[in-house]
Amino acid sequence: MRVMAQMSMIMNLDKCIGCHTCSVTCKQVWTNREGVEYAWFNNVETRPGLGYPRQYEDQERWKGGWVRNKRGRLKLKGGGRLNKLAHIFNNPDLPGIDDYYEPWTYDYDMLTTAPAGTQSPVARPKSLLTGRNMDIKWSGNWDDDLGGSQETAAQDPILATMSEKVKMEFEETFMFYLPRICEHCLNPACVSACPSGAMYKREEDGIVLVDEDGCRGWRMCVSACPYKKVYFNHKTGKAEKCTLCYPLIEQGKPTICSETCVGRLRYLGLMLYDADAVLEAASVENDQDLLEAQRSCFLDPFDPEVIAAAKAEGMADDWIEAAQKSPIRKLITEYKVALPLHPEYRTMPMVWYIPPLSPVVDVVSNSGADGEDTRTLFAAIDKLRIPVEYLAGLFSAGDVKPVESSLRKLAAMRSFMRDINLGRDENASIPESVGMTATEMKAMYRLLAIAKYEDRYVIPKAHVETARELDELGCSLDNEGGPGMGGPSSHAGPHNGGRDQGPAGPYGNTPGMPLNATVDNYNEMVGDSPIIKTRPATPGRINLLNWNGTGGAPEGMFPPKLGGVSPA
Amino acid sequence: MNAWDFLLWVAFPYAAAAVFVVGHLLRFRYDQFGWTSRSSQTYENRLLRWGSPMFHYGMLMVIGGHVVGLFIPKAWLEFFGVTEHIYHLGATWLGTFAAVLTVAGLGILIYRRRLNGRVLLVTTVMDKVMYVLLGGTILFGTTATVLYQIFGGGYDYRGSISPWIRSLYGFQPDPALMSDVPFFFQLHVLCATTLFLLWPFTRLVHVFSAPLGYLVRPYVVYRSRDHHTGNSARKVPRGWERSQRPVARRDRERIRR
Repeated sequence: MRVMAQMSMIMNLDKCIGCHTCSVTCKQVWTNREGVEYAWFNNVETRPGLGYPRQYEDQERWKGGWVRNKRGRLKLKGGGRLNKLAHIFNNPDLPGIDDYYEPWTYDYDMLTTAPAGTQSPVARPKSLLTGRNMDIKWSGNWDDDLGGSQETAAQDPILATMSEKVKMEFEETFMFYLPRICEHCLNPACVSACPSGAMYKREEDGIVLVDEDGCRGWRMCVSACPYKKVYFNHKTGKAEKCTLCYPLIEQGKPTICSETCVGRLRYLGLMLYDADAVLEAASVENDQDLLEAQRSCFLDPFDPEVIAAAKAEGMADDWIEAAQKSPIRKLITEYKVALPLHPEYRTMPMVWYIPPLSPVVDVVSNSGADGEDTRTLFAAIDKLRIPVEYLAGLFSAGDVKPVESSLRKLAAMRSFMRDINLGRDENASIPESVGMTATEMKAMYRLLAIAKYEDRYVIPKAHVETARELDELGCSLDNEGGPGMGGPSSHAGPHNGGRDQGPAGPYGNTPGMPLNATVDNYNEMVGDSPIIKTRPATPGRINLLNWNGTGGAPEGMFPPKLGGVSPA
Repeated sequence: MNAWDFLLWVAFPYAAAAVFVVGHLLRFRYDQFGWTSRSSQTYENRLLRWGSPMFHYGMLMVIGGHVVGLFIPKAWLEFFGVTEHIYHLGATWLGTFAAVLTVAGLGILIYRRRLNGRVLLVTTVMDKVMYVLLGGTILFGTTATVLYQIFGGGYDYRGSISPWIRSLYGFQPDPALMSDVPFFFQLHVLCATTLFLLWPFTRLVHVFSAPLGYLVRPYVVYRSRDHHTGNSARKVPRGWERSQRPVARRDRERIRR
């Protein structure tokens, strides 16, 4: 048994209103740059729909993920090692940028610089690839809210597996949103396909990252990821992907998409799993057994044996405690309402979803029946085969049982809590009918409906203290003014505050620290001296990123007032 | 041996070799982020799907042929029964096949780069210089082969160019070997030498990243964050090791505890 911790996410789809706030804030933080204009580390798709990039779920075309071969061993669907190297000069399974969409901007200048005339000036769309005028024909969520889906929905790869009759009825009954980020899989196909070995899974928290220095732009990760969540930066020639906002996670804070989620539907926490069991679990014969196989990889953080093994691996106590409190663990293994997205890709994804009950409730309510009555809802879940089968196509390799079980629990919770809220007697038979106790159901209600910040996000900080201590022991000359001023002890003091401190990094100057966007220098930045925080990155400018508002407006923040008086 | 011979066949190659080696080391040290093939496949794939493999596989064959022709002395091959006649046939016909593949591939690639708006816009000045030199080298080489080997009487470069190159590697340069070599071979060599000179500053560096290690490594790679940000990230580079402050044994034991 090799105990590893995985930072994981669960999204409660019932609460997603499709507002795209997660996508927009993610974009502003991570992909607001040249070369990744078309990339959405977080995107929200309307289902049924084509998804982003178009039809990414059609693995017969894109060859993402793993397949189990006749000998029962896992093989990358896009081909083995030799096959990958043979196709290194041209990746046959790589989506073109048009499969995402051609990125564009608008000719905004025209609005302000057009000469006076009889017509209003317009800002025409301009391609960000060629600079020419273009017609916008597709984008990351072109079929949002089923827009135009009379024409396109039939191309939804999940619908395509269902019968013709289903397609017609489906559109009238059911629509929901599916926000997607990188799955940070336990058995990542992208990492396995990288010829350069530049992609890796972090030992500490399982976050899958690209080493931008090591990436040589072979693009095998892009085609190997069945979720198409690795993007090729067409300007730098390197792969980029969702980082699970690791600089925030390391500080114990939620990702940007989670933090800004309007519906508060995202949960973050640790799962402990047995890394030695992953390969075997991912190789089970039947696709529909993969869900249970993945569940079997997870370890119980209350089990003394697991705790001992985790400690032997060097896991800190607060991480084990965080794994015990993890909302992810409760939703996956305790309440069993969360399900993985496309387990049949055999990558063991670690962003799970609570399937949406609301479309079922809507149908029931619209028909005039009581949408919060258990029996009515249970009957509807049984009767509405189409949405349930569709959800099963997404979350359980087509097996309707786990989806039904999850929806029944949500329906039961709805009825059970209505009685309580209306001051009626608790009906203990409702939780029993889905195999739960009243206490469990109330706890699940608290986690899903009340969803307090501290319940949703249980994120232990990364451990750097030990590294620091060792450094301080080892580097004895790392004192104030000492020759080795590179260490953490050279805090800003009167001896260096305010003076030039070497080349400026992304956060402006900091005293002596190497600048990476990580917890190390974040902590460094959160010092007390306003002088350090407002130090401009380039002379004459102010770094707003670190300015905390103290000490008035610093010099250089505003242009000088007319008359030459600086606001500072 | 006149001054020109010395300049072209001794000084220039050595200078190019020095820039080639030092340039690669420096670039690898300071510009790992820029070290990529800078693929444009996402922009356009219909032409690239044919052009790129044709060019690259053709090029691998060409490189293989050059290694045999330039670095393996004639006598060694003859020892293994490869006579001049057999060698000439092989080199000419296999070489022509590789050249056709390479030239056709390169033609498709250049056509695509010039006429596809998306691809043209991401083409840097260095790319263009590289294309000129690479195209020139290949064209001069092909021309020489066609002119002298196929339609001419056949020129035995293994008696002149090959020993000259080996003389450079042995640091016993013999420029006289090159003075009577046919013109297009000379041009081919000079063009290639210029290409080697600029190599480390172009996207051609990706040649040295051929990911052969992929064949033997485990599929899933794990790395610790400590490698980047923790203890080991702050390891002092060689040559700047800090001296240890003397610590009394009593204190050292206290620290350990």
